[in-house]
Amino acid sequence: MEFLTHALPNGLEIVAECNPEAYSTALMFIVKAGSRDESDENAGVSHFLEHMAFKGTPTRSADDVNRELDEIGSHCNAETSEETTVYYAPVLPEYQTRATELLADILRPALRPSDFETEKQVILEEIQMVEDQPPFGADDKCRAAFFGDHPLARSVLGTLASVGALPVAAMRDYFCRRYAPGNIILAAAGRVDFERMVADCRRVCGDWEPTECGRAVEPARPRNGFQRLARESATQQYLMRMSPGPAARDDDRYAAKVLAMVLGDDSGSRLFWELVDPGIAEVAALNHYEYQGAGVFYTQIHCAPEDADEVYQRAMQIYEAAHAEGITESELQQAKNKARSQLVLASELPSRRMSSVGGDWFYRREYRPLEEDLDLFASIQLSHVADVLRRYSLLEGTTLTIGPE
Amino acid sequence: MTAPIRSHVFPNGLALVAQPMDWLQSAAFSFLVPAGCVYEPAARLGLASLACEMTLRGAGPRDNRQFVLDLDNLGVVHHAAVSSTRTSYGGAMLAENLPAALAIFADVLRRPHLPAEELEACRQNSLQALHAVEDEPSEKAMIELRRRYFPDPWGRSSLGEEEAVEAIGLEEIRGFFQRQFQPRGTILGVAGRVAWEPLKDLVGELLGGWQPAEGAAIDECPAPGGYLHVPYDSAQTYIGIAYTSVPYRHPDYFRAWGAVGALGGGMSSRLFTEVRERRGLCYSVYATYHTLRDRAGVFCFAGSGAQRAQETLDVTLGELRRLAQGIEASELGRLKARIKTDLIMQQESSFSRSSSIAREWYHIDRARTLDELEQIVDGLTCEDINDYLAQNPPGPFTIVTVGPDELKVNV
Repeated sequence: MEFLTHALPNGLEIVAECNPEAYSTALMFIVKAGSRDESDENAGVSHFLEHMAFKGTPTRSADDVNRELDEIGSHCNAETSEETTVYYAPVLPEYQTRATELLADILRPALRPSDFETEKQVILEEIQMVEDQPPFGADDKCRAAFFGDHPLARSVLGTLASVGALPVAAMRDYFCRRYAPGNIILAAAGRVDFERMVADCRRVCGDWEPTECGRAVEPARPRNGFQRLARESATQQYLMRMSPGPAARDDDRYAAKVLAMVLGDDSGSRLFWELVDPGIAEVAALNHYEYQGAGVFYTQIHCAPEDADEVYQRAMQIYEAAHAEGITESELQQAKNKARSQLVLASELPSRRMSSVGGDWFYRREYRPLEEDLDLFASIQLSHVADVLRRYSLLEGTTLTIGPE
Repeated sequence: MTAPIRSHVFPNGLALVAQPMDWLQSAAFSFLVPAGCVYEPAARLGLASLACEMTLRGAGPRDNRQFVLDLDNLGVVHHAAVSSTRTSYGGAMLAENLPAALAIFADVLRRPHLPAEELEACRQNSLQALHAVEDEPSEKAMIELRRRYFPDPWGRSSLGEEEAVEAIGLEEIRGFFQRQFQPRGTILGVAGRVAWEPLKDLVGELLGGWQPAEGAAIDECPAPGGYLHVPYDSAQTYIGIAYTSVPYRHPDYFRAWGAVGALGGGMSSRLFTEVRERRGLCYSVYATYHTLRDRAGVFCFAGSGAQRAQETLDVTLGELRRLAQGIEASELGRLKARIKTDLIMQQESSFSRSSSIAREWYHIDRARTLDELEQIVDGLTCEDINDYLAQNPPGPFTIVTVGPDELKVNV
């Protein structure tokens, strides 16, 4: 296993964990463009642009792109988040060059107006589909209330109104600002021929013009609050809550993940025993998510509408008890055992290692081999978890509930 | 190239099928038990899921809490699920913990407590799952579609029905368990860093003494078919279309499957291209193959804003009818590339390999190596597929829509 990096003169970086034993190769382009880079005027443009990347380039039609991606047998896909847009393809090693060239090429989309209008309809369908399904877009509203005027408050999808009104010129402008080579990382894992990957990338991306493309990372000022949204046609009640947690560069993010596992994993956690095992809630989970300059403990609960108030109280009592008494040694050990197994299982899949390697480089410009992460989890003590509970309060934050109640 | 597959059928009927993959650190298992919802009495729909949940509430020397705690400490990522024909339990873990995990699940299969004090909690879980799907119109559409397409009981949803779930008693759960949780028809698939002989010995010790039972008989009723609209307060209309196809064990299976791949798998498939890419009618559109042991269907899905749903249905049906004229060599080439990738990538996941070999055993009483499967796929030709399509044009169609307005349907 070898970790290699290279930077093109225009700023595009290539990082790879090369494992000659692997059966497949996974690669992804990470573009530092997400909803936190948007404004009211272009809300949803990052995600829309992700779709447009598949609609063709100066030398390829949309059909060509889809056809060629299928020809190399890839399960290529793309995702947009608050902070990044990623384009990824797990492929057989023999297709490494074609996958690299294709994904690189679609990062210079033609943005043809007729394709733009057709694809806008697809996005509007996607927004409607998300609003038809739990939690009916309420997660976006919770995020907006929690982050207030901070850029992380923005919705990835945007709204029917913002996407519907977006002109292609606004997308071109956004593209020029965010898709500069200095804003892009190519990350790979599995059986990677690194020299070839660098050469392929240089050939396709080498002449991309560097432009200024920073991102101001301002500290978040999370807000407290409680909101009820009515959705009379819903059968269940859906509750989500965001509380402050460690950010992507905070060392205590590992202890935060252990804490979330003890309190809110989907099996064997305190929320599980209190609410899911007795059949009071269908879902009761706590997770930790990290961003640049901010972190979130995210609680999700699905239950019968008439039980919602009681379920919420009981979840909060679990958090109060954790702050008052901490967690136990056996809970810590149980969480560490689970984390170790999950890390090893994930590491067997090149696409999961690709995500780890890419994420570590994007957030921290570091490489963390599996063994280091395993050692780090093994070294977590009760005192580390207690520190997290001292620094971040699960009793603060924004709660939003949606359903018939 | 790929490692051989080992198998053994114990005298009580239990089949063990294993794929050693010594390049991995992990191991995984997949139990398929003949305890699906086709075996539920018609007035007790939901019984199989409730019984499955009850088997996880303490077994052998462990109570409910100790069971979860032990699996967590062994780092077993596990799941249980009920389908129309079976209850399945699967888990993946570090290879050294496989024997301990198998011992725990042998207790689940043979010595569950099925404790009276857990029944209400399990019942509430089942009801929660039933209520949750009421909020998922796309899932609702596909559940209704299976119910209409397959003759009962084959199209049943494991969620059951609310009144039945309310009424199920402990003795019914115990009776279902005694009839259906048995070695005859149970398959254990194992893959990952395992040695065959010690594995076979261990499984023999754990499950060799498990006694066979008489499972429930199945009464079949004709499928309703036709068109059903379910009124629903949503922005989109969710469309499900099913038509008949051959099951996995049928000699024509790979031909039929190839046609479905060209229709609705991948980014260059016909449905994706015509419905989404050319017309922007929907975000989600696909076709999948759903095969039971003796019957199968092709299931298509599309979700569109209510005012454009009629066009989506018409275009989708148009593509299904056009498929009868055959596919092109380039479409088959892309399909082969994708399936080859899938097959080779299975070697990186003990979990997907263990469930694949168990499923293959279920369908054809043996499991093929990845090389054998690759050869079959390589050998497929356009002529094969087009002959099949000419003799078996897609149809007749069973259609379900969930959304604000009924559509015009001519089937």
